Amino acid sequence: MQTVFSIAVDALAYGMVLFVISIGLSVTMGLMRVVNLAHGAFAMIGGYIASYAGRDLGLGYGVAVIAAVVGTVIIAIPVERFLYRRIYGAPELTQVLMTIGITFCIIGIANYVFGPTLKTIPLPSGLQGSADLGFRTIPVHRLFAILCGLAVAGGLWYAIERTSFGVKLRASVDNAAMAAALGVRTEIIYALSFAVAVGLAAFGGVVGAELLPVEPYYALRYMVTFLVVVSVGGAGSIPGALIACLVLGGIDTTGRYLMPEFGEFFFYLAVIAIICIFPRGLAGRTK
Amino acid sequence: MAAVMNTEAGVSASARRHRSLGRDAAGAVAILVVAVIGYFLFPDNLALLTRIVAVALLVLSLDLVTGYCGVATLGHAALFGSGAYAAGILSAHYGINDPLLMTLAGIAGGAVAGVISGVIILRGHGLPQLVLSIALIHLFHEFANKASSWTGGSDGLSGISADPILGYFEFDLYGHTAYVFAIVLLLIVFVLLRLIVRSPFGMLCRGIKEDPLRIKAMGASPKAALMKMYVMSGAVAGVGGALNAITTQVVGLDSLSFTLSAESLVMLVLGGTGSLFGGLSGTVIFMLFEDYVSAANPFHWLTMVGALLIAVVLFAPKGLYGSAAAFFNRRKEAGQ
Repeated sequence: MQTVFSIAVDALAYGMVLFVISIGLSVTMGLMRVVNLAHGAFAMIGGYIASYAGRDLGLGYGVAVIAAVVGTVIIAIPVERFLYRRIYGAPELTQVLMTIGITFCIIGIANYVFGPTLKTIPLPSGLQGSADLGFRTIPVHRLFAILCGLAVAGGLWYAIERTSFGVKLRASVDNAAMAAALGVRTEIIYALSFAVAVGLAAFGGVVGAELLPVEPYYALRYMVTFLVVVSVGGAGSIPGALIACLVLGGIDTTGRYLMPEFGEFFFYLAVIAIICIFPRGLAGRTK
Repeated sequence: MAAVMNTEAGVSASARRHRSLGRDAAGAVAILVVAVIGYFLFPDNLALLTRIVAVALLVLSLDLVTGYCGVATLGHAALFGSGAYAAGILSAHYGINDPLLMTLAGIAGGAVAGVISGVIILRGHGLPQLVLSIALIHLFHEFANKASSWTGGSDGLSGISADPILGYFEFDLYGHTAYVFAIVLLLIVFVLLRLIVRSPFGMLCRGIKEDPLRIKAMGASPKAALMKMYVMSGAVAGVGGALNAITTQVVGLDSLSFTLSAESLVMLVLGGTGSLFGGLSGTVIFMLFEDYVSAANPFHWLTMVGALLIAVVLFAPKGLYGSAAAFFNRRKEAGQ
């Protein structure tokens, strides 16, 4: 029972962190149809900035999170402007090559600037220790990650379903050319959603630093995980991404707890099974 | 001008076949020349050159499915690694040390892995296909890691020692025999692949890449053709894997890794997809570049490799060989 409970909490926290990081990727991939393997690199940049701000500058956790999100977006804007714009609509192989190149560059630079060691982000005292739920105690940080995931899911749902920006975004995802013809400034939508996606990646990178430790090869190690989650969920779908993250996070965590010697075997087995049954992802729309 | 066109059109089929055979011969000679130059340029580093040949076989095999059939895969090392393990297990566990038999085992292992990969990867298109291939290579990797009594797990499979080739040519410490063996294998594979990609079957595959629906309407089965190509691709990758196992005498888990798959795709796109020379030149350039930069500046090499990739996408979108070929074709047309 104890094991089941701790697996459930860890799986939920892991799934939520995955969700926060990969939902941005899901939206941009649904919108811009770019296979963005560099998304994890932005999460890593966020983690590094937060670590620098929190540990070396001694700023508070909240400030560090904001600095990470803002800093990463500022770094990402020129990357989008000068590199990503060239590969919109290009064949997938070109996109893979370009984004792997960007990932390599970021890893190399991070390795040079921050060194190859693991970076920690100091937690405020409120997030350390564990919370007593009456029958069980769980680490507060896990709880925090879960709440962040829920908040992001709720916020995004509201922004996409209830605001005029969301209407334009959905129109552009469905048919960019038609949306542009109807007067939606699609390039602004693109830029904004890219910024939001990168900001969310940075946020997820900071919040999830306890579960996915920040180090230079972070970008390479988790790049595949994020891409897999998005593809399983169906690019461009928030509920799909949420379900995919929870299911895959659950399978991965359970596998690690119960059969650690199998590594990620069950995770990828589940991925193959799901994609074979739902070729467009769990919530993918047929064209 | 018109006369030229007329004679061009009047070239009979046999003459055209003649010319393409001439091109094959020129290609084989070019490989030989580069091999000899490499031999004299890096006499102390033949192991690197042999490794390049092994990876070149993997990239050629990837070119068959990606360049000619349009299958996007990030899991092609599964075929290479299976070949390597098949050859290695034959030697380490069954004591069959004949290099040619080991190569055959590699071909068989690669082909079987090709069937498995083909069945799974060909179910998807686009992004799902890419993700299926990623999941597949991780499954292979974890499986090899788990079956450590056969594969040695994360320690790698050691205890491989190949006998002299045909009983005469012993594998020496300096890697001379290994290098010559590698080049001979590469030449044989290259000529065979030239024949395959130019055959009606190769044309069918190109057609599938352009428009699978139309090929279906013409009465051919894209799936069957792609599966066949996957098996051939597996055999080629298996040769590369076996070559690697024979010459390095060890098979590590890295031969079944996502990294190797991604690198081989990078090399292919770097050289140019859809042409055998593109794959070969991409491999040579990437591996020499990587070797040189990582030795010159180990801190920055990943950055430089990344910058190289970005530069290729921006300035040579068809790959280095593809862009150069397109450039010379334009020059030729302008000259006429």
